[in-house]
Amino acid sequence: MVENRPFLTFLTHLTLILGVLIVAFPVYVAFIASTRGEADFLSGVMPLMPGPHTLENYSIMLESGMTSYGAPPIAPMMFNSLVMALSIAIGKIAISILSAYAIVYFRFPFRMLAFWAIFVTLMLPVEVRIFPTFEVVANLGMLNSYAGLSIPLIASATATFLFRQFFLTVPDELVEAARVDGAGPLKFFRDILLPLSRTNIAALFVILFIYGWNQYLWPLLITTDTQYYTIVMGIKRMAVVADADPKWNLVMAAVILAALPPVLVILFMQRLFIKGLVETEK
Amino acid sequence: MATVDLKDVKKTYAGNVVAVKGVSIAVPDGQLCVLVGPSGCGKSTLLRMIAGLETITDGTVSIDGKVVNTIGPAERDIAMVFQNYALYPHMKVYDNMAYGLRNRGMGKDEIDKRVRETAKILELGALLERRPRELSGGQRQRVAMGRAIVRSPKVFLFDEPLSNLDAKLRGQMRVEIKNLQRTLGVTSVYVTHDQLEAMTLADVLVVMNGGLVEQVGNPLDIYEKPASTFVASFIGAPPMNLLPLTDSANGATLSDGTAVPQAPKGAAILGVRPEDADVAVGAAASAGGLSLPATVEGVEPVGAESFLYCAAGGQKIIVRVSGRSPANPGDTLKVVAKAEKLHWFDTAGKRV
Repeated sequence: MVENRPFLTFLTHLTLILGVLIVAFPVYVAFIASTRGEADFLSGVMPLMPGPHTLENYSIMLESGMTSYGAPPIAPMMFNSLVMALSIAIGKIAISILSAYAIVYFRFPFRMLAFWAIFVTLMLPVEVRIFPTFEVVANLGMLNSYAGLSIPLIASATATFLFRQFFLTVPDELVEAARVDGAGPLKFFRDILLPLSRTNIAALFVILFIYGWNQYLWPLLITTDTQYYTIVMGIKRMAVVADADPKWNLVMAAVILAALPPVLVILFMQRLFIKGLVETEK
Repeated sequence: MATVDLKDVKKTYAGNVVAVKGVSIAVPDGQLCVLVGPSGCGKSTLLRMIAGLETITDGTVSIDGKVVNTIGPAERDIAMVFQNYALYPHMKVYDNMAYGLRNRGMGKDEIDKRVRETAKILELGALLERRPRELSGGQRQRVAMGRAIVRSPKVFLFDEPLSNLDAKLRGQMRVEIKNLQRTLGVTSVYVTHDQLEAMTLADVLVVMNGGLVEQVGNPLDIYEKPASTFVASFIGAPPMNLLPLTDSANGATLSDGTAVPQAPKGAAILGVRPEDADVAVGAAASAGGLSLPATVEGVEPVGAESFLYCAAGGQKIIVRVSGRSPANPGDTLKVVAKAEKLHWFDTAGKRV
């Protein structure tokens, strides 16, 4: 065991604080930049103290956006991102919990084959199957739609596997007790399995929400209509402009706004999230 | 109120593993039938077939005169108490008990009435709003019982319900289960591997071994007249002493050549219960009784009684005497037993 020595305490704190600084510094810079005026970056020296333009920058981004740069206002883009992230997270959880339920609790032919087929898709992330997926989505007429943004990303082997592992830890006697109590398969799922999976669902929701929110390549590919732009790809559009200086103050304001929802989700679900990851006693 | 009848029930698992090889038992109305046997003897499988959790390969199971082979567990009107309690961890005690009733579409008031009555019987009233993880092992067991009782089923099924409790609690719960079963008068089937539980609880005792029934009957009858060496060594603690006999020119002898003249024809094994044997110094055996010269090898005092581990007739014999041991290790004496307390078994292990 590590003894309680002042120097060690100091050292561990120092390491931790340094780590936090390294991680937090870029975020801080982004925040500072979003409070400054346009001209502050042209000198090439990055200011480290907040400037007076905070409200101005944020209100521009929220209300009108950088229309001249081909990006719509932030608010609708954030709404698009929200819709996409929520449908991906909820869709993934709903589909994977049902498929895990089928795989664990029902004996049907090719059950293990089905499981492995799902599992193998882990090897095929969006980037690998992007052309065929695009083709399918295009043929189905789902370009420039919320369905096109979320449905191709909904299948999830990871979540299925997680739920499967959890279901395997639920004692058989519980299933039998439910059967004796007259609960059919659906009732058992709804009344017993679902409430027991609550923490797992919460943990997965956090992870998957952020996964959905951070999607960049896929929305970039299938949306051409500004109405369906998501925030992450929108930021990219603002930053890269021809024949003009990027307006870093505005871009950074967008970045800070874009980072808010995931942070909020984590803040509010932190307790459940950690419980879902570490809890073993059911 | 119902009877439970098993007729030649068999269970074969995938891969031709035979768990139950043909069992016929009739449990009369209101009686508690205990299935006892070592692990792997098929007793739990049999219980699960009565419950409907396991399909029946062959034979019929009837509850209240109606064959239930193809009916699901919920429609058999049975209630089961599991070894690990199997309480729903996310539900309060109240909901655990009410769940089965709700699934049957019973009205809210009726459910409430029943749950509160049952809670009163089991003294669970103060715990109704708690969750299972906030309860002790004994309390969880009580809730599991409550969940069974509240349904007022035709048959109670107990699957080793006490094996997760500590020894003291087990004794208490045993008495409680017996009392409850008697008061409620519900036909019950109880599975255990503990012969003490089996003896004290059973109205009808079924001793099973290797997927077959070895003996059925009143517990004391089985204790006094075990039908086979298996039953003899399984029922009773410490187990019955079994001494193999060999046929020689001058009748049956023990392995060291001591003659056993009183052995009936066909006897190949002599059985004496530790509590039926006694030790004596120089005394002659009663007419027809057993008297073997023996050396004491070890003594185990447990307070009210002592166990003497003796070497006699080329075998180890355990003798149980009340109070303090009259002999010390190394002493030579005689192990004696009355003629009517001797058991004889043939080569196949069947009672002669």
